[in-house]
Amino acid sequence: MPIVTLKDAIERHVRDGDSLALEGFTHLIPFAAGQEIIRQRRRDLHLIRMTPDLVYDQMIGAGCARALTFSWGGNPGVGSAHRIREAIEQGWPRPLAIREHSHAGMAAAYTAGAARLPFGLLRGYIGTDLARVNDGIRTVTCPYTGEALATVPALNPDVTILHAQKADRAGNVLISGILGAQKEAGLAARKLIVTVEEIVDDLAAPMNAVVLPHWVVTAVACVPGGAWPSYARGYYPRDNAFYIAWDDVSRDRGRFGEWLERYVLGTADFAGFIARLRADGGGP
Amino acid sequence: MTVTAARMLWNGCVCFVGIGLPSAAANLARLLHAPEIVLIYESGTIGTRPDVLPLSIGDGELAETASAVVPLPEIFAYWLQGGRIDVGFLGAAQVDRFGNLNSTVIGPYAHPKVRLPGAGGASEIAAHAKQIFVVLKQSLRSFVPTLDFVSSAGFMAGGGARAKSGAPGRGPQAIITDYGVLRPQPDTEEFALVARYETTTASAAVKATGWPLVVAPTLEVIAPPTAAELEALRALHARTQTAHSRPVKLPV
Repeated sequence: MPIVTLKDAIERHVRDGDSLALEGFTHLIPFAAGQEIIRQRRRDLHLIRMTPDLVYDQMIGAGCARALTFSWGGNPGVGSAHRIREAIEQGWPRPLAIREHSHAGMAAAYTAGAARLPFGLLRGYIGTDLARVNDGIRTVTCPYTGEALATVPALNPDVTILHAQKADRAGNVLISGILGAQKEAGLAARKLIVTVEEIVDDLAAPMNAVVLPHWVVTAVACVPGGAWPSYARGYYPRDNAFYIAWDDVSRDRGRFGEWLERYVLGTADFAGFIARLRADGGGP
Repeated sequence: MTVTAARMLWNGCVCFVGIGLPSAAANLARLLHAPEIVLIYESGTIGTRPDVLPLSIGDGELAETASAVVPLPEIFAYWLQGGRIDVGFLGAAQVDRFGNLNSTVIGPYAHPKVRLPGAGGASEIAAHAKQIFVVLKQSLRSFVPTLDFVSSAGFMAGGGARAKSGAPGRGPQAIITDYGVLRPQPDTEEFALVARYETTTASAAVKATGWPLVVAPTLEVIAPPTAAELEALRALHARTQTAHSRPVKLPV
Protein backbone atom coordinates (compact mmCIF):
# COMPACT_ATOMS: atom_id res chain seq x y z
CA MET A 1 0.00 0.00 0.00
CA PRO A 2 1.51 3.35 -0.95
CA ILE A 3 2.09 5.89 1.80
CA VAL A 4 0.08 8.98 0.84
CA THR A 5 -0.08 12.58 1.99
CA LEU A 6 -2.69 13.49 4.59
CA LYS A 7 -4.23 15.84 2.03
CA ASP A 8 -4.68 12.94 -0.42
CA ALA A 9 -6.04 10.63 2.24
CA ILE A 10 -8.75 13.10 3.27
CA GLU A 11 -9.55 14.11 -0.32
CA ARG A 12 -10.00 10.54 -1.39
CA HIS A 13 -11.65 8.95 1.62
CA VAL A 14 -13.65 11.52 3.61
CA ARG A 15 -16.92 12.72 2.05
CA ASP A 16 -19.49 15.27 3.16
CA GLY A 17 -22.11 13.52 5.27
CA ASP A 18 -19.80 10.71 6.40
CA SER A 19 -19.81 9.26 9.91
CA LEU A 20 -16.30 9.75 11.17
CA ALA A 21 -14.47 8.57 14.28
CA LEU A 22 -11.18 10.31 15.11
CA GLU A 23 -10.25 8.18 18.12
CA GLY A 24 -7.46 8.22 20.68
CA PHE A 25 -8.42 8.54 24.37
CA THR A 26 -6.42 11.62 25.47
CA HIS A 27 -3.37 10.03 23.80
CA LEU A 28 -2.65 9.89 20.03
CA ILE A 29 -5.54 12.17 19.09
CA PRO A 30 -5.33 12.82 15.32
CA PHE A 31 -5.37 16.63 15.45
CA ALA A 32 -3.58 17.10 12.12
CA ALA A 33 -6.23 14.97 10.40
CA GLY A 34 -9.04 16.91 12.06
CA GLN A 35 -7.55 20.18 10.88
CA GLU A 36 -7.09 18.88 7.33
CA ILE A 37 -10.81 17.99 7.29
CA ILE A 38 -11.56 21.58 8.35
CA ARG A 39 -9.17 22.87 5.69
CA GLN A 40 -10.93 20.85 3.00
CA ARG A 41 -14.27 22.26 4.23
CA ARG A 42 -16.05 18.96 4.81
CA ARG A 43 -19.64 19.42 5.92
CA ASP A 44 -22.56 17.53 7.51
CA LEU A 45 -20.32 15.02 9.26
CA HIS A 46 -21.56 12.73 12.00
CA LEU A 47 -18.63 12.96 14.42
CA ILE A 48 -18.08 10.06 16.79
CA ARG A 49 -15.61 10.16 19.71
CA MET A 50 -15.81 9.09 23.32
CA THR A 51 -14.27 12.38 24.48
CA PRO A 52 -14.66 15.05 21.75
CA ASP A 53 -11.64 16.91 23.20
CA LEU A 54 -10.29 19.95 21.39
CA VAL A 55 -10.22 18.19 18.01
CA TYR A 56 -14.01 18.15 17.76
CA ASP A 57 -14.26 21.51 19.55
CA GLN A 58 -12.35 22.82 16.52
CA MET A 59 -14.28 20.84 13.88
CA ILE A 60 -17.69 21.61 15.39
CA GLY A 61 -16.77 25.27 15.83
CA ALA A 62 -15.68 25.29 12.19
CA GLY A 63 -19.12 24.09 11.08
CA CYS A 64 -18.13 20.63 9.84
CA ALA A 65 -20.65 18.64 11.88
CA ARG A 66 -24.38 17.92 11.85
CA ALA A 67 -24.25 15.30 14.64
CA LEU A 68 -22.09 14.14 17.53
CA THR A 69 -22.01 10.76 19.29
CA PHE A 70 -20.00 10.98 22.51
CA SER A 71 -19.75 10.10 26.18
CA TRP A 72 -17.87 13.03 27.78
CA GLY A 73 -17.50 16.43 26.13
CA GLY A 74 -15.26 18.84 28.03
CA ASN A 75 -11.71 20.17 27.99
CA PRO A 76 -10.13 17.61 30.34
CA GLY A 77 -9.21 19.11 33.69
CA VAL A 78 -9.79 22.64 32.39
CA GLY A 79 -13.52 23.14 31.90
CA SER A 80 -15.96 23.37 29.02
CA ALA A 81 -15.36 22.67 25.36
CA HIS A 82 -16.88 26.04 24.52
CA ARG A 83 -17.57 25.47 20.82
CA ILE A 84 -19.32 22.20 21.54
CA ARG A 85 -21.32 23.81 24.32
CA GLU A 86 -22.36 26.68 22.09
CA ALA A 87 -23.38 24.30 19.31
CA ILE A 88 -25.60 22.36 21.74
CA GLU A 89 -26.92 25.35 23.72
CA GLN A 90 -27.38 27.82 20.84
CA GLY A 91 -27.16 25.83 17.61
CA TRP A 92 -24.08 27.87 16.57
CA PRO A 93 -22.56 27.72 14.01
CA ARG A 94 -25.20 25.16 13.12
CA PRO A 95 -27.54 22.85 15.04
CA LEU A 96 -25.83 19.75 16.40
CA ALA A 97 -27.84 16.55 16.94
CA ILE A 98 -26.35 14.65 19.87
CA ARG A 99 -26.40 10.98 20.76
CA GLU A 100 -25.02 10.64 24.25
CA HIS A 101 -23.63 7.56 25.98
CA SER A 102 -21.43 6.58 28.90
CA HIS A 103 -17.82 5.52 28.23
CA ALA A 104 -18.66 1.89 28.98
CA GLY A 105 -21.53 2.07 26.51
CA MET A 106 -19.44 3.52 23.70
CA ALA A 107 -16.69 1.01 24.37
CA ALA A 108 -19.27 -1.78 24.03
CA ALA A 109 -20.63 -0.16 20.84
CA TYR A 110 -17.20 -0.04 19.17
CA THR A 111 -16.42 -3.60 20.30
CA ALA A 112 -19.66 -4.85 18.76
CA GLY A 113 -18.87 -2.85 15.62
CA ALA A 114 -15.46 -4.46 15.27
CA ALA A 115 -17.03 -7.91 15.63
CA ARG A 116 -19.82 -7.07 13.16
CA LEU A 117 -22.44 -7.79 15.79
CA PRO A 118 -25.57 -5.61 15.77
CA PHE A 119 -25.34 -4.40 19.36
CA GLY A 120 -23.04 -4.11 22.35
CA LEU A 121 -24.07 -5.58 25.68
CA LEU A 122 -23.26 -4.26 29.14
CA ARG A 123 -24.59 -4.09 32.66
CA GLY A 124 -24.84 -0.38 32.33
CA TYR A 125 -26.80 2.87 32.46
CA ILE A 126 -28.50 1.62 35.67
CA GLY A 127 -30.67 4.28 37.25
CA THR A 128 -29.54 7.02 34.86
CA ASP A 129 -31.51 9.31 32.55
CA LEU A 130 -29.38 8.51 29.49
CA ALA A 131 -31.83 5.96 28.07
CA ARG A 132 -34.58 8.62 28.22
CA VAL A 133 -32.69 10.93 25.88
CA ASN A 134 -31.00 8.37 23.63
CA ASP A 135 -33.42 5.83 22.19
CA GLY A 136 -30.46 3.74 21.03
CA ILE A 137 -29.95 2.66 24.63
CA ARG A 138 -32.30 -0.27 25.18
CA THR A 139 -32.54 -3.45 27.19
CA VAL A 140 -32.53 -7.13 26.48
CA THR A 141 -33.49 -10.00 28.77
CA CYS A 142 -30.72 -12.52 29.29
CA PRO A 143 -31.92 -15.83 27.78
CA TYR A 144 -30.18 -17.76 30.55
CA THR A 145 -30.70 -15.78 33.74
CA GLY A 146 -33.63 -13.47 32.95
CA GLU A 147 -31.60 -10.40 33.99
CA ALA A 148 -32.27 -7.16 32.11
CA LEU A 149 -29.07 -5.89 30.48
CA ALA A 150 -28.40 -2.72 28.50
CA THR A 151 -27.77 -2.77 24.76
CA VAL A 152 -26.27 -0.10 22.52
CA PRO A 153 -26.26 -0.13 18.72
CA ALA A 154 -22.94 -1.17 17.19
CA LEU A 155 -20.82 1.73 15.93
CA ASN A 156 -19.54 1.25 12.37
CA PRO A 157 -18.11 4.58 11.22
CA ASP A 158 -17.72 5.21 7.49
CA VAL A 159 -14.18 6.30 8.32
CA THR A 160 -12.04 5.96 11.43
CA ILE A 161 -8.90 8.04 11.64
CA LEU A 162 -6.15 7.20 14.15
CA HIS A 163 -2.70 8.54 14.93
CA ALA A 164 0.04 6.06 15.83
CA GLN A 165 3.75 5.92 16.48
CA LYS A 166 4.95 3.98 13.46
CA ALA A 167 4.09 2.25 10.24
CA ASP A 168 6.37 0.20 8.03
CA ARG A 169 6.51 0.61 4.27
CA ALA A 170 3.87 -2.06 3.75
CA GLY A 171 1.44 -0.07 5.92
CA ASN A 172 1.47 -2.22 9.06
CA VAL A 173 0.81 0.12 12.01
CA LEU A 174 2.19 -0.08 15.58
CA ILE A 175 0.39 1.63 18.49
CA SER A 176 1.75 1.80 22.01
CA GLY A 177 0.83 3.51 25.28
CA ILE A 178 -2.70 4.45 26.29
CA LEU A 179 -4.79 2.64 23.69
CA GLY A 180 -8.31 3.85 24.40
CA ALA A 181 -10.71 2.19 22.00
CA GLN A 182 -8.47 2.78 18.98
CA LYS A 183 -8.22 -0.81 17.83
CA GLU A 184 -11.97 -1.35 18.18
CA ALA A 185 -12.82 1.91 16.40
CA GLY A 186 -10.33 1.08 13.66
CA LEU A 187 -11.68 -2.39 13.03
CA ALA A 188 -15.30 -1.24 13.25
CA ALA A 189 -14.93 1.23 10.39
CA ARG A 190 -15.50 0.73 6.67
CA LYS A 191 -12.27 2.63 6.00
CA LEU A 192 -9.29 3.23 8.28
CA ILE A 193 -6.83 6.09 7.84
CA VAL A 194 -3.77 6.26 10.06
CA THR A 195 -1.34 9.14 10.46
CA VAL A 196 2.01 8.18 12.00
CA GLU A 197 5.06 9.88 13.52
CA GLU A 198 7.41 7.96 11.28
CA ILE A 199 7.70 5.32 8.59
CA VAL A 200 10.24 2.62 9.42
CA ASP A 201 11.74 -0.32 7.56
CA ASP A 202 10.84 -2.76 10.30
CA LEU A 203 8.21 -2.27 13.05
CA ALA A 204 10.15 -4.63 15.35
CA ALA A 205 6.91 -5.08 17.27
CA PRO A 206 7.09 -7.16 20.47
CA MET A 207 4.86 -10.23 20.35
CA ASN A 208 1.76 -8.81 22.11
CA ALA A 209 2.05 -5.28 20.80
CA VAL A 210 -0.97 -3.65 19.19
CA VAL A 211 -0.42 -3.95 15.46
CA LEU A 212 -2.98 -3.12 12.80
CA PRO A 213 -1.92 -5.16 9.76
CA HIS A 214 -1.74 -3.33 6.43
CA TRP A 215 -4.67 -5.30 5.02
CA VAL A 216 -7.14 -3.60 7.42
CA VAL A 217 -5.69 -0.13 6.78
CA THR A 218 -6.95 1.98 3.88
CA ALA A 219 -4.30 4.69 3.89
CA VAL A 220 -1.23 5.73 5.88
CA ALA A 221 0.23 9.25 5.96
CA CYS A 222 3.42 10.32 7.72
CA VAL A 223 2.62 13.41 9.85
CA PRO A 224 5.28 14.00 12.51
CA GLY A 225 3.75 15.85 15.46
CA GLY A 226 0.29 15.00 14.11
CA ALA A 227 -1.22 14.40 17.56
CA TRP A 228 -0.15 17.77 19.00
CA PRO A 229 -1.42 19.17 21.48
CA SER A 230 -2.30 15.61 22.47
CA TYR A 231 0.77 13.39 22.69
CA ALA A 232 2.54 10.42 21.18
CA ARG A 233 4.29 8.21 23.70
CA GLY A 234 7.97 8.09 22.86
CA TYR A 235 7.87 11.29 20.79
CA TYR A 236 6.46 14.26 22.72
CA PRO A 237 4.40 14.85 25.88
CA ARG A 238 0.85 16.18 26.19
CA ASP A 239 0.84 19.97 25.90
CA ASN A 240 -1.15 20.69 29.05
CA ALA A 241 -0.29 24.39 28.83
CA PHE A 242 -1.94 24.56 25.37
CA TYR A 243 -5.05 22.78 26.66
CA ILE A 244 -5.27 25.33 29.47
CA ALA A 245 -4.70 28.25 27.07
CA TRP A 246 -7.36 26.91 24.69
CA ASP A 247 -10.03 27.82 27.24
CA ASP A 248 -9.57 31.50 26.34
CA VAL A 249 -9.14 30.93 22.61
CA SER A 250 -12.33 28.98 22.18
CA ARG A 251 -14.46 30.80 24.76
CA ASP A 252 -15.33 33.60 22.33
CA ARG A 253 -16.71 32.98 18.81
CA GLY A 254 -14.75 35.81 17.30
CA ARG A 255 -11.47 34.85 18.88
CA PHE A 256 -11.96 31.23 17.86
CA GLY A 257 -12.79 32.31 14.31
CA GLU A 258 -9.61 34.38 14.08
CA TRP A 259 -7.53 31.50 15.38
CA LEU A 260 -9.10 29.14 12.85
CA GLU A 261 -8.64 31.55 9.92
CA ARG A 262 -5.03 32.30 10.73
CA TYR A 263 -3.74 28.91 11.73
CA VAL A 264 -5.90 26.27 10.03
CA LEU A 265 -7.71 27.76 7.02
CA GLY A 266 -4.82 30.09 6.29
CA THR A 267 -2.13 27.39 6.18
CA ALA A 268 -1.54 24.72 3.56
CA ASP A 269 -0.94 21.79 5.89
CA PHE A 270 0.06 20.72 9.38
CA ALA A 271 3.70 21.72 8.93
CA GLY A 272 2.52 25.17 7.86
CA PHE A 273 0.23 25.31 10.90
CA ILE A 274 3.10 24.59 13.29
CA ALA A 275 5.42 26.99 11.45
CA ARG A 276 2.91 29.85 11.70
CA LEU A 277 2.28 29.23 15.41
CA ARG A 278 6.02 29.36 15.99
CA ALA A 279 6.50 32.45 13.83
CA ASP A 280 3.82 34.20 15.90
CA GLY A 281 5.78 33.44 19.06
CA GLY A 282 3.61 30.63 20.32
CA GLY A 283 3.40 27.03 19.31
CA PRO A 284 5.42 23.98 20.29
CA MET B 1 -11.87 18.41 52.09
CA THR B 2 -9.11 16.72 50.07
CA VAL B 3 -7.36 15.51 53.22
CA THR B 4 -10.61 14.16 54.70
CA ALA B 5 -11.34 12.32 51.46
CA ALA B 6 -7.80 10.92 51.32
CA ARG B 7 -8.12 9.53 54.86
CA MET B 8 -11.06 7.36 53.75
CA LEU B 9 -8.87 5.33 51.43
CA TRP B 10 -7.04 2.46 53.07
CA ASN B 11 -3.72 0.89 52.16
CA GLY B 12 -4.09 -1.69 49.42
CA CYS B 13 -7.57 -0.73 48.32
CA VAL B 14 -8.32 -0.72 44.61
CA CYS B 15 -9.61 2.73 43.70
CA PHE B 16 -11.08 3.85 40.37
CA VAL B 17 -10.31 7.55 40.20
CA GLY B 18 -12.17 10.42 38.56
CA ILE B 19 -10.27 13.56 37.54
CA GLY B 20 -10.14 16.65 39.79
CA LEU B 21 -10.69 16.49 43.56
CA PRO B 22 -10.99 12.66 43.56
CA SER B 23 -7.60 12.38 41.85
CA ALA B 24 -5.99 14.77 44.36
CA ALA B 25 -7.40 12.82 47.31
CA ALA B 26 -6.41 9.42 45.92
CA ASN B 27 -2.85 10.49 45.12
CA LEU B 28 -2.49 12.20 48.49
CA ALA B 29 -3.55 8.94 50.17
CA ARG B 30 -0.85 7.10 48.21
CA LEU B 31 1.80 9.59 49.33
CA LEU B 32 0.76 9.46 52.98
CA HIS B 33 -0.84 6.39 54.56
CA ALA B 34 -1.70 4.14 51.62
CA PRO B 35 1.48 3.51 49.63
CA GLU B 36 0.10 0.23 48.24
CA ILE B 37 -3.20 1.68 47.09
CA VAL B 38 -3.98 0.54 43.53
CA LEU B 39 -5.06 3.57 41.51
CA ILE B 40 -6.94 2.93 38.29
CA TYR B 41 -7.88 5.59 35.74
CA GLU B 42 -10.43 4.89 33.01
CA SER B 43 -7.74 5.46 30.37
CA GLY B 44 -6.64 1.91 31.17
CA THR B 45 -3.80 2.62 33.60
CA ILE B 46 -3.76 0.10 36.46
CA GLY B 47 -1.68 0.64 39.58
CA THR B 48 -0.46 4.05 38.48
CA ARG B 49 1.92 6.08 40.69
CA PRO B 50 2.22 9.58 39.16
CA ASP B 51 4.45 12.12 40.84
CA VAL B 52 2.20 14.99 39.77
CA LEU B 53 -1.57 15.13 39.41
CA PRO B 54 -2.67 14.39 35.87
CA LEU B 55 -4.50 17.23 34.13
CA SER B 56 -6.44 14.73 32.03
CA ILE B 57 -7.59 11.19 32.64
CA GLY B 58 -4.93 9.97 30.21
CA ASP B 59 -1.77 12.00 30.86
CA GLY B 60 1.45 10.25 29.83
CA GLU B 61 2.79 9.82 33.34
CA LEU B 62 -0.23 7.71 34.27
CA ALA B 63 0.90 5.18 31.66
CA GLU B 64 4.63 5.39 32.40
CA THR B 65 4.16 4.68 36.14
CA ALA B 66 1.41 2.05 35.84
CA SER B 67 1.87 -1.67 36.42
CA ALA B 68 -0.27 -2.32 33.37
CA VAL B 69 -1.84 -0.28 30.57
CA VAL B 70 -4.86 -1.98 29.06
CA PRO B 71 -7.36 -0.96 26.38
CA LEU B 72 -10.37 1.07 27.49
CA PRO B 73 -13.00 -1.56 26.63
CA GLU B 74 -11.07 -3.93 28.90
CA ILE B 75 -10.91 -1.54 31.85
CA PHE B 76 -14.69 -1.05 31.75
CA ALA B 77 -15.50 -4.72 31.12
CA TYR B 78 -13.05 -6.91 33.07
CA TRP B 79 -11.94 -4.52 35.79
CA LEU B 80 -15.00 -2.38 36.54
CA GLN B 81 -18.00 -4.48 35.52
CA GLY B 82 -15.99 -7.54 36.60
CA GLY B 83 -16.40 -6.31 40.18
CA ARG B 84 -12.71 -5.75 41.02
CA ILE B 85 -12.96 -2.14 42.24
CA ASP B 86 -13.18 -1.42 45.99
CA VAL B 87 -13.86 2.31 45.75
CA GLY B 88 -15.07 4.52 42.92
CA PHE B 89 -14.17 8.13 43.63
CA LEU B 90 -16.41 10.64 41.83
CA GLY B 91 -17.02 14.37 41.55
CA ALA B 92 -20.17 16.00 40.14
CA ALA B 93 -21.84 19.31 39.46
CA GLN B 94 -25.02 18.41 41.38
CA VAL B 95 -26.00 15.84 43.99
CA ASP B 96 -29.40 15.07 45.53
CA ARG B 97 -30.35 13.69 48.92
CA PHE B 98 -29.97 10.08 47.75
CA GLY B 99 -26.47 10.55 46.35
CA ASN B 100 -27.56 10.55 42.70
CA LEU B 101 -25.24 12.74 40.60
CA ASN B 102 -25.60 15.12 37.66
CA SER B 103 -22.68 15.99 35.38
CA THR B 104 -24.78 16.30 32.20
CA VAL B 105 -27.00 19.42 32.02
CA ILE B 106 -28.40 22.31 34.04
CA GLY B 107 -31.88 22.98 32.68
CA PRO B 108 -33.84 20.75 30.31
CA TYR B 109 -31.81 18.28 28.27
CA ALA B 110 -33.21 19.43 24.91
CA HIS B 111 -32.55 23.12 25.62
CA PRO B 112 -29.92 23.26 28.32
CA LYS B 113 -29.11 26.39 30.25
CA VAL B 114 -25.66 24.91 30.77
CA ARG B 115 -24.39 21.87 28.93
CA LEU B 116 -21.96 20.05 31.27
CA PRO B 117 -19.41 17.51 29.99
CA GLY B 118 -21.55 14.39 30.52
CA ALA B 119 -21.41 11.06 32.29
CA GLY B 120 -18.12 9.64 31.04
CA GLY B 121 -17.17 6.72 33.25
CA ALA B 122 -19.38 7.78 36.15
CA SER B 123 -22.55 5.85 35.23
CA GLU B 124 -20.89 2.47 35.43
CA ILE B 125 -18.42 3.40 38.20
CA ALA B 126 -21.42 4.32 40.35
CA ALA B 127 -23.11 1.00 39.57
CA HIS B 128 -20.18 -1.37 39.88
CA ALA B 129 -17.58 -0.19 42.40
CA LYS B 130 -18.11 -1.93 45.72
CA GLN B 131 -18.68 1.50 47.20
CA ILE B 132 -18.55 5.12 46.02
CA PHE B 133 -17.14 8.23 47.65
CA VAL B 134 -18.26 11.57 46.24
CA VAL B 135 -16.33 14.79 46.78
CA LEU B 136 -17.68 18.21 45.81
CA LYS B 137 -18.22 21.70 47.23
CA GLN B 138 -21.53 22.15 48.99
CA SER B 139 -23.84 25.02 48.02
CA LEU B 140 -27.42 25.65 46.94
CA ARG B 141 -26.20 25.28 43.35
CA SER B 142 -24.71 21.82 43.91
CA PHE B 143 -26.96 20.33 46.64
CA VAL B 144 -30.32 20.42 44.87
CA PRO B 145 -33.72 18.95 45.74
CA THR B 146 -34.18 17.48 42.27
CA LEU B 147 -31.42 16.80 39.77
CA ASP B 148 -31.91 18.26 36.31
CA PHE B 149 -30.51 14.97 34.99
CA VAL B 150 -29.27 11.74 36.56
CA SER B 151 -25.83 10.95 35.10
CA SER B 152 -24.98 8.34 37.72
CA ALA B 153 -27.17 6.64 40.28
CA GLY B 154 -26.74 6.58 44.05
CA PHE B 155 -29.73 5.28 45.98
CA MET B 156 -32.14 6.36 43.22
CA ALA B 157 -35.52 7.05 44.91
CA GLY B 158 -34.22 5.75 48.25
CA GLY B 159 -35.86 3.25 50.60
CA GLY B 160 -34.46 0.14 48.92
CA ALA B 161 -34.76 1.25 45.28
CA ARG B 162 -31.09 0.58 44.53
CA ALA B 163 -31.27 -2.98 45.84
CA LYS B 164 -34.01 -3.71 43.30
CA SER B 165 -32.17 -2.11 40.42
CA GLY B 166 -29.55 -4.74 39.65
CA ALA B 167 -26.65 -2.41 40.49
CA PRO B 168 -24.00 -4.73 41.97
CA GLY B 169 -22.14 -2.18 44.14
CA ARG B 170 -23.37 -0.82 47.47
CA GLY B 171 -23.54 2.76 46.17
CA PRO B 172 -22.30 6.01 47.69
CA GLN B 173 -21.17 5.58 51.31
CA ALA B 174 -19.77 9.06 51.87
CA ILE B 175 -20.16 12.53 50.40
CA ILE B 176 -17.24 14.74 51.42
CA THR B 177 -17.73 18.50 51.13
CA ASP B 178 -16.23 21.73 52.40
CA TYR B 179 -18.72 21.56 55.30
CA GLY B 180 -18.06 18.01 56.45
CA VAL B 181 -19.07 14.46 55.64
CA LEU B 182 -22.51 13.05 54.84
CA ARG B 183 -23.44 9.37 55.01
CA PRO B 184 -26.58 7.47 53.96
CA GLN B 185 -29.04 6.70 56.72
CA PRO B 186 -30.38 3.16 57.13
CA ASP B 187 -33.90 2.51 55.77
CA THR B 188 -34.40 5.88 54.05
CA GLU B 189 -30.96 5.86 52.40
CA GLU B 190 -31.10 9.65 52.58
CA PHE B 191 -27.77 11.37 53.22
CA ALA B 192 -27.32 13.06 56.57
CA LEU B 193 -24.51 15.24 57.88
CA VAL B 194 -22.51 13.08 60.29
CA ALA B 195 -19.30 15.08 60.66
CA ARG B 196 -18.14 18.67 60.42
CA TYR B 197 -14.79 20.45 60.49
CA GLU B 198 -13.68 22.54 63.45
CA THR B 199 -14.26 25.62 61.29
CA THR B 200 -17.74 24.74 60.01
CA THR B 201 -21.12 24.38 61.66
CA ALA B 202 -24.17 22.20 61.11
CA SER B 203 -26.36 25.25 60.58
CA ALA B 204 -24.07 26.58 57.86
CA ALA B 205 -24.22 23.18 56.17
CA VAL B 206 -28.01 23.19 56.37
CA LYS B 207 -28.10 26.67 54.76
CA ALA B 208 -25.89 25.39 51.93
CA THR B 209 -28.29 22.54 51.13
CA GLY B 210 -31.28 22.83 48.82
CA TRP B 211 -33.38 20.30 50.77
CA PRO B 212 -34.05 20.01 54.52
CA LEU B 213 -30.71 18.46 55.45
CA VAL B 214 -30.86 15.80 58.14
CA VAL B 215 -28.15 16.34 60.75
CA ALA B 216 -27.03 13.43 62.94
CA PRO B 217 -27.83 13.91 66.65
CA THR B 218 -24.12 13.73 67.50
CA LEU B 219 -21.79 15.28 64.96
CA GLU B 220 -18.24 14.04 64.79
CA VAL B 221 -15.68 16.83 64.56
CA ILE B 222 -13.09 15.94 61.95
CA ALA B 223 -9.51 16.23 63.13
CA PRO B 224 -7.82 19.07 61.25
CA PRO B 225 -5.13 18.28 58.69
CA THR B 226 -1.77 17.50 60.25
CA ALA B 227 1.34 19.39 59.23
CA ALA B 228 2.48 16.34 57.26
CA GLU B 229 -0.79 16.10 55.35
CA LEU B 230 -0.79 19.80 54.51
CA GLU B 231 2.82 19.76 53.39
CA ALA B 232 2.32 16.70 51.20
CA LEU B 233 -0.73 18.30 49.56
CA ARG B 234 0.97 21.64 49.09
CA ALA B 235 4.02 20.00 47.52
CA LEU B 236 1.84 17.85 45.26
CA HIS B 237 -0.04 20.90 43.97
CA ALA B 238 3.19 22.85 43.51
CA ARG B 239 4.81 20.07 41.46
CA THR B 240 1.60 19.74 39.48
CA GLN B 241 1.38 23.45 38.72
CA THR B 242 4.97 23.46 37.45
CA ALA B 243 4.43 20.40 35.30
CA HIS B 244 1.22 21.72 33.74
CA SER B 245 2.82 25.00 32.67
CA ARG B 246 5.96 23.43 31.22
CA PRO B 247 6.24 24.32 27.52
CA VAL B 248 6.33 21.42 25.09
CA LYS B 249 8.81 21.36 22.24
CA LEU B 250 7.67 19.31 19.24
CA PRO B 251 10.62 17.52 17.67
CA VAL B 252 9.56 18.50 14.14
